[in-house]
Amino acid sequence: MTLTHYLVLSGILFSVGAATVLLRRNAIIAFMGVELMLNATNLSLVTFSRMHGELTGQVLAFFVMVVAAAEVVVGLAIIVAIFRTRRSASIDDVNLLKS
Amino acid sequence: MHTLTSVVDGLVPAATLATDTLSPAGETVSGGIFSVAPLLVGLPLASAAILLLLGRRADTWGHWLGVLASAGAFVVGLLTFLRILDRPADERVLDVHLGTWIDAGAFHLDAGMRLDPLSLTFVLLVTFVGTLIHVYSVAYMEHDADRRRFFAYLNLFVAAMLVLVLANSFLLLFVGWEGVGLASYLLIGFWNHHMPYAVAAKKAFVANRVGDLGLLIAMGLMFAHFGALDFATVLDDPAAHASEGTLTAIGLMLLLAACGKSAQFPLQSWLGDAMAGPTPVSALIHAATMVTAGVYLIVRSGAVFEAAPDAQLVVVIIGAITLLFGAIVGCAKDDIKKALAASTMSQIGYMVLAAGLGPVGYAFAIFHLVTHGFFKAGMFLGAGSVMHGMDDQVDMRRFGGLARYMKITWITFMMGWLAILGIPPFAGFFSKDKIIEAAFIPTDGAQWRAWVFGTVALLGAGITAFYMSRLFFMTFEGERRWTTKRDGSEQHPHESPALMTWPMIILAVGSVGLGLVLSLGGRFVGWLEPVTGHAEHGEPVLPEWLLIALTLAVVVVGLVVAWRRYAVSTVPVVPPLGTALTRAARVDLYQDAVNDAVLVEPGQHLTRSLVYADHAVVDGGVKGLAHSTVGLGSLLRRAQTGYVRTYAATMLGGLVVLLVVVLVVQS
Amino acid sequence: MSALVGAAEVVAGNLPGVAGLLPQAVDSAGDASTAEAVLFWVLAPIMVIASFGLLFARKAVHAALSVILVMVSLAFLYVTQGAVFLGVVQVVVYTGAIMMLFLFVLMLVGVSSADSLVETIRGQRWIGWLAGIGLLVVLAGVIGTAAYPTPVGLGAANEDTNPTGIARVIFGEYVFAMEVVGALLVTAALGALVFTHRRRLTPRLGQRERADARVRAGQHLAPLPAPGVYAKHNAMDVPALDPYGRPIESSVPRVLRVRGQEADAAEYAARIDRVIAGKAAVESGRTALDEQQDNPPPVADPAGAPVGAPHIGDAVAGVDASAPDSEEGK
Repeated sequence: MTLTHYLVLSGILFSVGAATVLLRRNAIIAFMGVELMLNATNLSLVTFSRMHGELTGQVLAFFVMVVAAAEVVVGLAIIVAIFRTRRSASIDDVNLLKS
Repeated sequence: MHTLTSVVDGLVPAATLATDTLSPAGETVSGGIFSVAPLLVGLPLASAAILLLLGRRADTWGHWLGVLASAGAFVVGLLTFLRILDRPADERVLDVHLGTWIDAGAFHLDAGMRLDPLSLTFVLLVTFVGTLIHVYSVAYMEHDADRRRFFAYLNLFVAAMLVLVLANSFLLLFVGWEGVGLASYLLIGFWNHHMPYAVAAKKAFVANRVGDLGLLIAMGLMFAHFGALDFATVLDDPAAHASEGTLTAIGLMLLLAACGKSAQFPLQSWLGDAMAGPTPVSALIHAATMVTAGVYLIVRSGAVFEAAPDAQLVVVIIGAITLLFGAIVGCAKDDIKKALAASTMSQIGYMVLAAGLGPVGYAFAIFHLVTHGFFKAGMFLGAGSVMHGMDDQVDMRRFGGLARYMKITWITFMMGWLAILGIPPFAGFFSKDKIIEAAFIPTDGAQWRAWVFGTVALLGAGITAFYMSRLFFMTFEGERRWTTKRDGSEQHPHESPALMTWPMIILAVGSVGLGLVLSLGGRFVGWLEPVTGHAEHGEPVLPEWLLIALTLAVVVVGLVVAWRRYAVSTVPVVPPLGTALTRAARVDLYQDAVNDAVLVEPGQHLTRSLVYADHAVVDGGVKGLAHSTVGLGSLLRRAQTGYVRTYAATMLGGLVVLLVVVLVVQS
Repeated sequence: MSALVGAAEVVAGNLPGVAGLLPQAVDSAGDASTAEAVLFWVLAPIMVIASFGLLFARKAVHAALSVILVMVSLAFLYVTQGAVFLGVVQVVVYTGAIMMLFLFVLMLVGVSSADSLVETIRGQRWIGWLAGIGLLVVLAGVIGTAAYPTPVGLGAANEDTNPTGIARVIFGEYVFAMEVVGALLVTAALGALVFTHRRRLTPRLGQRERADARVRAGQHLAPLPAPGVYAKHNAMDVPALDPYGRPIESSVPRVLRVRGQEADAAEYAARIDRVIAGKAAVESGRTALDEQQDNPPPVADPAGAPVGAPHIGDAVAGVDASAPDSEEGK
């Protein structure tokens, strides 16, 4: 096997995450899809880091994790707030942007 | 005369007199009596401002302030006149510099007053007749609640008229031109609570605007070709600066302006309706002064017309047409003021005709203008006096036999009547007959012009004699046709108070003697020569004595016909049907109908179609754009489902497409 | 930081297989070692299958658990690739914090808020699948066509252990980014507080306020009477009698009333009469349970005192507002 296999795995996980965002209506699951995409990216970064013998890639992955943590906190807070008012966790119910 | 001059010198402080260095004609002067010349305009203008601004607080004394301002202007004018008269003939054109008015790049225009025989003639006429009419108005308007406002407007008119005649440039003249238009509008519509009067004021205003447009275009042409608007530049050999075509255009535009202001054909329709104003207004503005401003304009810009013979010919034609037009209309009118208005129109036709004859006619045009100012103002005041005594009755068929009851009015009116008829030695004989004589002088050797215009002028004199005699006989002679109790109200004619009769008497004296005094030894013509230039008299196509005899004969025929029909025989109270010509003349030869058909109707159609086009094309375009934007928006709105997942799908699809493109391009 | 490094060592220590492979994997500059390949080929299918769980699991909890599996596996792969620090952070931050947060929210929102897989947006399913597969194909194309340098390996970079190397980069080159990220985290925490904060619009109702309200309304102040207080009979579904012998409706538990399972007081009064008359000895020997089975809830006897079930609508209206969730969960 080569390091390319990691990249392929990363691509698969990313695609599955993207498909999840598109296909699942539950906001929490869709959000998990986003997290999966971020993780797939991190895998790529780590692989590239190894490929180039540089730690910068890992540092970038680290920052991605921190930002993801912040994102999750805010995102889940939004989901909770919406659930409180609308009694629903479906993202299709939040379509007020439509005229 | 010399004693008078020394009096003037005594009035002026010695110190100022010392600096009063007299400069050559046309050059700028300052100091001495000429430094108070701006008071000519300033006095009436200040009075008008005071009267208008103080409002009702000035009601008790406002009219006297108005009289004083006008009289003050007359005194200043008289002093200036005497001072000028004291100078040699070739130094009588003066320019009083007042300051820079417009300084825009290459265009520089000074505000100044041109003091020369022509403008001073007008100044004296306007202020003298104006003051008399002010005095008359004090009594005439006594019972009007708005007398103060009336005097404010009268003063405003005097100020504007003086600006008009004293201006040293066409632009400043235009200021006065508009000012008299405004004053005329305000005074015609003085009783604007009465709808037809307000409409008449508007009509006069609109007709004047048409003329003003001509003056504006003329000024534009001058600015384009001369680069200046002051008389000194434009009128100094205009042929050297512009082609004859340009000058013809300028001349025609100036003529249009004159037509509008002087009620000449084809802009004559407003004058009859302008009689809606109080009678003193009719006397001052619509007989003696403002309506003659057109003649002044033509004479003032004589240099332009002389360089454009075609324009000059048109001036003569216009004058001839109006002369006959006014005379015919005057024969049919039963309203005393409208008959006088038609007569004014006709007499100004004479003046315009004379002004179109070139230097030969200028002096006679102005001469007739002055005498006409006296006798026509006198007759208007007489008409006002008659109305005063007849409870504002204006229908001449309801007058008759008034001579016994209003002796002063009768006699003064008779002086004016004889003057306009041209009976020697009354004023009209010296001015009008000279115009007829000048019309018979062939211009540029064109015999036909002499015959045609001479005959028209001669014919006009006959018709004038007929309708003026008709007016006089219907009013003062024959049997009484007053309204009685059966008609609603009984009339008790009585003579007017002294404040009204004295101005009439003074004007009657002028009507009698002014012509003789001024024409003795060609005094008036000589006085005007610095402006009009010396003109060699050509020989009329007929001998002079024959022309005088012919004119008198024609006048006597007209008089006798009128005597037979309106003094000897009974005048019906209800106007008879009359001939087709009479019926046409009663409605001013269908001038309003023609205006309606030619101008008003098409104009209304044009505006309606413009409104339609505005709605259909402009609004349609704008609304169509808006609708299509809305439609496009509602079409695009469908893309906005509000579903986050749809948006995410769009993003991802875009990403995929982007990557595919990158891959394809790279490989 | 030293704690994290320690944690990494712990992880490495707990997984002897991985720890043993680790030096080889890192040292091999180019291709991975056989051990790494084995680990990869074991973990990769598990991760892919688990990620499909995210796509297809009906229950959100299952999806969350499968994501946790993927993330833990990723941690292994990180460690294998020489990113020891990141592997530990992955476990601590992602599986330990983020996914736990997800589970908390799932519990808060309702575990059973299952996501029906029936699509509501027309065409979205096809678009989703197309985009997902398209993305996969395109990414594969990118990975396949990209030119890679000869793998260097992290041997030199990880000379002073991996956390030390990362610390040098973070606190050297990226110290400003580090600070900014700290600010971002504080902001996010505050943001979450703001989002979930609810302002109290009505004054808080304590015990005292409730008592005052009850007195003001003139309601029953004492505890409600106990049901079934009879000399001979005692059951939850029998109303108590007031001093005048009239049944007290409110003494029967509300649930029984709503279900219509309360007994008719008149019926029991009649029974008591019969007992007193010395009849029906058999009936008196029966248990309450049997009685209920034999005698379905008696309808009100027209002759007896009017005791009926309260209006069903009133009863439902009184149910707690959170009830629909449990209904939905069924």
